[in-house]
Amino acid sequence: MSSYDTIIIGAGMSGLAAGIRLAYYDQRVCILERHTTIGGLNSFYRLGGRNFDVGLHAVTNFTPKGTRKGPLARLLRQLRFNWDDFSLSPQIGSTIAFPGVSLRFNNHFEFLRSEVERSFPAEKDNFQKLADTVVDYDDLNENVASRSARSIVGQIIKDPLLVDMLFCPLMYYGSARENDMDFAQFSIMFRSIFMEGFARPWAGVRLILKNLVRRFKQLGGELRLRAGVRRMEVEGGRVTRVVLDDGTQLAGDRVLSSAGWVETMRLCDGVHEVKSSAAGQLSFVESVSLLDAEPRELGCDQTIVFFNDSDKFHWQKPDELVDVRSGVICCPNNFDYAQPLDEGVVRITALANFDRWKNLPEADYQAAKAIWYKRMVESAVQFVADFRPRVVASDTFTPMTIKRFTGHENGAVYGTPEKRWAGTTHLKNLFICGTDQGFVGIIGSMFSGIAMANRHLLGMPEKTDPASASAAKRQTDH
Amino acid sequence: MTPAEIKEVILDILEDIAPDEDLSGLKEDVPLREQLELDSMDFLDIVMELRKRYRVQIPEDDYVELSTMQSTVKYLAPLMKDLQKA
Ligand SMILES: Cc1cc2nc3c(=O)[nH]c(=O)nc-3n(C[C@H](O)[C@H](O)[C@H](O)COP(=O)(O)OP(=O)(O)OC[C@H]3O[C@@H](n4cnc5c(N)ncnc54)[C@H](O)[C@@H]3O)c2cc1C
Repeated sequence: MSSYDTIIIGAGMSGLAAGIRLAYYDQRVCILERHTTIGGLNSFYRLGGRNFDVGLHAVTNFTPKGTRKGPLARLLRQLRFNWDDFSLSPQIGSTIAFPGVSLRFNNHFEFLRSEVERSFPAEKDNFQKLADTVVDYDDLNENVASRSARSIVGQIIKDPLLVDMLFCPLMYYGSARENDMDFAQFSIMFRSIFMEGFARPWAGVRLILKNLVRRFKQLGGELRLRAGVRRMEVEGGRVTRVVLDDGTQLAGDRVLSSAGWVETMRLCDGVHEVKSSAAGQLSFVESVSLLDAEPRELGCDQTIVFFNDSDKFHWQKPDELVDVRSGVICCPNNFDYAQPLDEGVVRITALANFDRWKNLPEADYQAAKAIWYKRMVESAVQFVADFRPRVVASDTFTPMTIKRFTGHENGAVYGTPEKRWAGTTHLKNLFICGTDQGFVGIIGSMFSGIAMANRHLLGMPEKTDPASASAAKRQTDH
Repeated sequence: MTPAEIKEVILDILEDIAPDEDLSGLKEDVPLREQLELDSMDFLDIVMELRKRYRVQIPEDDYVELSTMQSTVKYLAPLMKDLQKA
């Protein structure tokens, strides 16, 4: 039986980042991935001779080369990458579009500030106050951090429309909780989107993933694809053995799982009754339209448009298959690249109901994909130029696709609303990282993998990692 | 190892941890945290690298000694004097 210092479940962003950290310090480490390829929620695939990204709209937390502060810089140092390795090109500009009013923003916070001032002059000082509060996030005491962001922001910003508009992008890019976020998460997302910003590698997410895998393997790490973990044998409060789908048994001193909290618990012998609903309820349908023109030439000149066409912004599991009242429209072409992409692309994300999709018979499922693709695009072109005449190919994926390829229950993209900041479990040598530990998104999940590896698997004392140490304390306090 | 060699060791480690940094202008007596914006995770990497490369153990209470290049070299000199630079 092969044996390892650490076994990592999942070759998504968090598992790969954690693997690199451990491999640096000479651990024998093996990453097990059920799927045939790496990337998890942010993977890539080929269809009809074309390259598609599963997840990537934009890398958040973008800071320019030479910046030493912030999550991107810290992450590059921890993984020992050059800034240039991720080839990030900054966004052109994005919009939050609501009925009758829009706010534009880019990678300079000043611009958003001026936009708020233009559309909501009475909120000028309040917005500044909110920004100041968010910047001080590391110093937030536990009481504030876990409190409802809706209530805190609602006390600072008086106009409910502006509140909704600010929440819309932050929820779309990282809220596992229906209709609200906790204030810590709100602050993290506010900074990563409004104060830092968006960027994308010309080659898409595969470039980042390939860098991660190459580094992991160079350092002696082992990656096994088509190696799903079926169960974990438990003895004396410890995982003793990891059993794969094909029956292979592996021994590991420690196990770090990025499969999700509920999903990981289900793998442990002796754990009964874990409710699927605890895995989170919010999932997406994502449509990708390929165009025979640059979106910009058609008038789609924004990088990302977060839209909502109704009185209020609803962030909840829809009753219907898809909620097309709001969504995210992303043109991966609209980043400041040295050369244009090969094709025009418009991606649209909208909230979807996992159960409704799951209960469709196969024939209806395909038809529903076509119908809802059409409705999503119809809704989107209320806010961007009508690109429909130039569509040459499209693909749509649903909560079922997400479940099938990542194993996440309910296709829950941001996982459970109850994050496990400490990363510990009921078993002494089993830890979790990624989505359900607390940080989401590409940068967030890598950061989670790094933080958990440092804290639990490299024997680094907790206090050396102030952000996650205080987050961990928060978790145990409530 | 001489103090000059120890300094080289530290520079090697810093170069690995922060590949984008130009270390040629690094000041001896200004805290590394300030000059390079290193955070506590990075300091741990320095400690871990010293352990990995030279089996030098630095107790947690002594991490404060690693503040500047000068203080680091001074602190490490007795611990590393009998070691050969790799
Ligand atoms: C449509 C969509 C768009 C997105 N857009 C963006 C964006 O623009 N910007 C951004 O920053 N983020 C975006 N995200 C979010 C981002 O992709 C995720 O937050 C991040 O990738 C999560 O990484 P992770 O490592 O935590 O989890 P995962 O990627 O889910 O990794 C878990 C891995 O574990 C594997 N696994 C599960 N169970 C087992 C098992 N039993 N045995 C073996 N392997 C197992 C899975 O196959 C998977 O590969 C998007 C996500 C989606 C779905």
